Amino acid sequence: MNRYPVWKYVVIALALVIGVLFALPNLFPEVPAVQVSTSKSGVKIDTTTLATVESMLKAANIPFRGEELDPIGIKMRFDTPDAQGKAKDLLQAKLNPDPKNPDYIVALNLQSSSPQWLTSIGALPMYLGLDLRGGVHFLLQVDMKGALEKSADRYTSDIRTQMRTEKIQYAGVTREGGNVVVRFRDGTERAKARLAMDKAYPDLAVREVDTAADDLRLYATLKPEALKRIEDGAVQQNIQILRNRVNELGVAEPIVQQQGSDRIVVQLPGVQDTARAKDILGRTATLEIRMVNDDPGVLEAAMNGNVPIGSDLYKDRNGIPSVVRRQAVLTGDRIQDAQPGFDSRNNQPIVSVTLDAAGGRIIRDISRENLKKRMAILLVEKNKTELITAPTIQEELGARFQISGQMTTRETKDIALLMRAGALAAPMEIVEERTVGPSLGAENITKGFDSVKHGFIVLAIFICAYYMLMGVISTISLTLNLLLLVALLSMMQATLTLPGIAAIALTLGMAIDANVLINERIREELRWGATPHAAIVAGYDRAWGTILDSNVTTMIAGIALLIFGSGPVRGFAVVHCLGILTSMFSAVFISRGIVNLIYGRRKKLDKISIGQVWRPAGTAGVPAKKHAV
Amino acid sequence: MEFFRFKNDIPFMRHALVFNIISLITFLAAIFFLAHRGLNFGVDFRGGTVIEVEYAQAANFDHVRAAIDKLKVGEYSVQRFGNAQTALIRLPLKEGESSAKLSDDVMGVLKADDPSATQKRVEFVGPQVGKELYQNGALALLLVVIGIVAYLAMRFEWRFAVSAIIANLHDVVIILGFFAFFQWEFSLPVLAAVLAVLGYSVNESVVIADRIRENFRKMRKATVVHVIDSAITSTMSRTIITHGSTQIMVTSMLIFGGETLHYFALALSIGILFGIYSSVLVLSPLVMWMGVSREDLVKADRKRDASGAEKILP
Repeated sequence: MNRYPVWKYVVIALALVIGVLFALPNLFPEVPAVQVSTSKSGVKIDTTTLATVESMLKAANIPFRGEELDPIGIKMRFDTPDAQGKAKDLLQAKLNPDPKNPDYIVALNLQSSSPQWLTSIGALPMYLGLDLRGGVHFLLQVDMKGALEKSADRYTSDIRTQMRTEKIQYAGVTREGGNVVVRFRDGTERAKARLAMDKAYPDLAVREVDTAADDLRLYATLKPEALKRIEDGAVQQNIQILRNRVNELGVAEPIVQQQGSDRIVVQLPGVQDTARAKDILGRTATLEIRMVNDDPGVLEAAMNGNVPIGSDLYKDRNGIPSVVRRQAVLTGDRIQDAQPGFDSRNNQPIVSVTLDAAGGRIIRDISRENLKKRMAILLVEKNKTELITAPTIQEELGARFQISGQMTTRETKDIALLMRAGALAAPMEIVEERTVGPSLGAENITKGFDSVKHGFIVLAIFICAYYMLMGVISTISLTLNLLLLVALLSMMQATLTLPGIAAIALTLGMAIDANVLINERIREELRWGATPHAAIVAGYDRAWGTILDSNVTTMIAGIALLIFGSGPVRGFAVVHCLGILTSMFSAVFISRGIVNLIYGRRKKLDKISIGQVWRPAGTAGVPAKKHAV
Repeated sequence: MEFFRFKNDIPFMRHALVFNIISLITFLAAIFFLAHRGLNFGVDFRGGTVIEVEYAQAANFDHVRAAIDKLKVGEYSVQRFGNAQTALIRLPLKEGESSAKLSDDVMGVLKADDPSATQKRVEFVGPQVGKELYQNGALALLLVVIGIVAYLAMRFEWRFAVSAIIANLHDVVIILGFFAFFQWEFSLPVLAAVLAVLGYSVNESVVIADRIRENFRKMRKATVVHVIDSAITSTMSRTIITHGSTQIMVTSMLIFGGETLHYFALALSIGILFGIYSSVLVLSPLVMWMGVSREDLVKADRKRDASGAEKILP
């Protein structure tokens, strides 16, 4: 009666094999590594790069233990942190001859030393959270109100210019919050203005408001879809800017992603110099348009180190040098929009740029005077200037113009993004910071691990002593529970935090409940005279309902934490919920399997090793009267 | 080994009123301390900055205070954290000032005072985020309460659901009462512990409720009081062993888990202790006072038997 069909054992065996495979990588220690990657589309990392890196290390006599080429880049492993540090400095210097414009990101990293075949089946060690490996977590809030007011400011000045150029009589244009208000004294003028505005600004919803007979107004508000576009755009742009800056920090596995509608999470594992990280993230970039000094001979002279006064030598992303004058013609706040697209005539990729009215006037004058000359578009950050592109002016330009040339669609996308980034960059503010030093991370791992280990040992000794062989079975299933939980966490690459480790300990402490329920029930059945086989069946069957009920209620608490928790608490919730699932499987399904394996085959079973079963005197083997049905 | 040898059912319900009065008094005391002293919310909920600084030798707190005083940051506190080398500095939120700069400034003056000062940890939570974490915490608690009541009402009967949630909220309030009384720091992990305790002690209630239902079925002629007494007595052993096992793990966390897990483990310990008490001595009398009867549960079972959803027990 206590036998499992073969398929049930197959399920258990399968679960255990998968469990062992995926839990295995956690046993291998992490070794120091250096990661070489790139953020530039033009730079490729392939076997040639790998060979270069290897020869550089060999030439410098730095021993390395292994290398790996994956889609992210190259990872070189080393035996000691010392060799790792030397290798990083060496590669940093050799791979990036121009430190101002680095092609490669060289970062320190830790790599699991688990064998290749494990990695290739996707078995990776658990993903440790920042509180365990050290690093910085920032939550940045994008100031949407600021971004919208900025855009309303631009519309205000544009509308004023438009009224003037179209000779419409108006009494005033002002910004009220995110709205633009235009005042008129005369109804016909207002009607004219409305028509003109509707035509010129498809993103604005214009409505008429009459406050007094001689105070007629037009309220222009951004349409909801335009509003949403601006908001999404602002967040996306800021994310892009942050990514570029994070790359500069040389972090192996940075995370920059949107959270909610207007927040951005930045996680930089392993960063120790938090002050520098904050400084770089908090920087503001501006876009500048300047003229290129195309006088004959200037470029050659500059390449030889003889840059004319009032100019600088820059190279664009493809390495083409230009000598650029220092004086800015136009700054980024005049740029309203920049979008990648295609030229309607020859289908070449282009970037279309929209300036505000004042910017349009400036560019018209400049372009008229400088036909067939080049203008440079630069991204200016604190102590770093990047030349984005330097196109030739083909004709007189207006508020809307386009940049064309030998560009790929990816390049036009990048350039448009960078131009918008410089233009908009809605202000951001750090609203949450959690920084953990690397030594504290290591301490946290030890503390968490010790808690689990010592608790588990004491618990195992107690359960084995109290329930004898059934206790050993309970302990085995608890161990397998731990194995499956670790495997599941590794498989899902869920972030493990210190509260997550606490949840492992707590899960083990709570999972034993199921076994206690079963064992107590079996003892009770034996006490009232059931045969051993019947007691096992009744014990498991009756305890099952209770186990299910109690796990569902625990699960409800876990799910609530998962929904509303953030950061470290979410780490707790994930482990807690997974632990409930694995403990139901192991405490009921696996432990029953073991019991059946041991006792199920014996036809005549007169005793279960479950510790002493106490019976009230005189009632041995006979159900007490009051319990009789 | 068998620790619990009860020859006869223990007449818990005879003293139900006494237990209820004890519970009521502890409950009211907890409410009083919560109202009177309030919870000592950590940086997670209140907003502000916490900096953990480690020195090569024992930290000189007078020096630390003198250095920070120069910055004029308002009301701050410095305390020992874990060991003598480590100082924990709490700084309040400052209107209008960007936060992130503050920790750099503090580290700057501390390093100037003693170059061996190293920053181990910084936590900054802005006012908006703190408020959200607080609201989310409250929402999580609400969701758990509603979820559990709904589940128990469906699975058992409304009297059990209501009694179980009262019994377990009683635990939660008592944990909070302890935190208010001792002014222990209430942080996000503590909230997680509180919610875990809520789910966990409901287990306890479920086990007893299950047994009461089963006994109603088996002991056709027994009184309600007798049925409840018998249910408590027969699950007593399991209750103590289970809670003892969980407490072993939690104690291990208290000993080895360090400062970060300290209050988390403490909240769990209190929760486990009162979880036993409340399930046995709060839930059961409540169920009794509300007048649960055999018909309430057995009727529900008949329906189930007909649909075959649950086995008919001997």
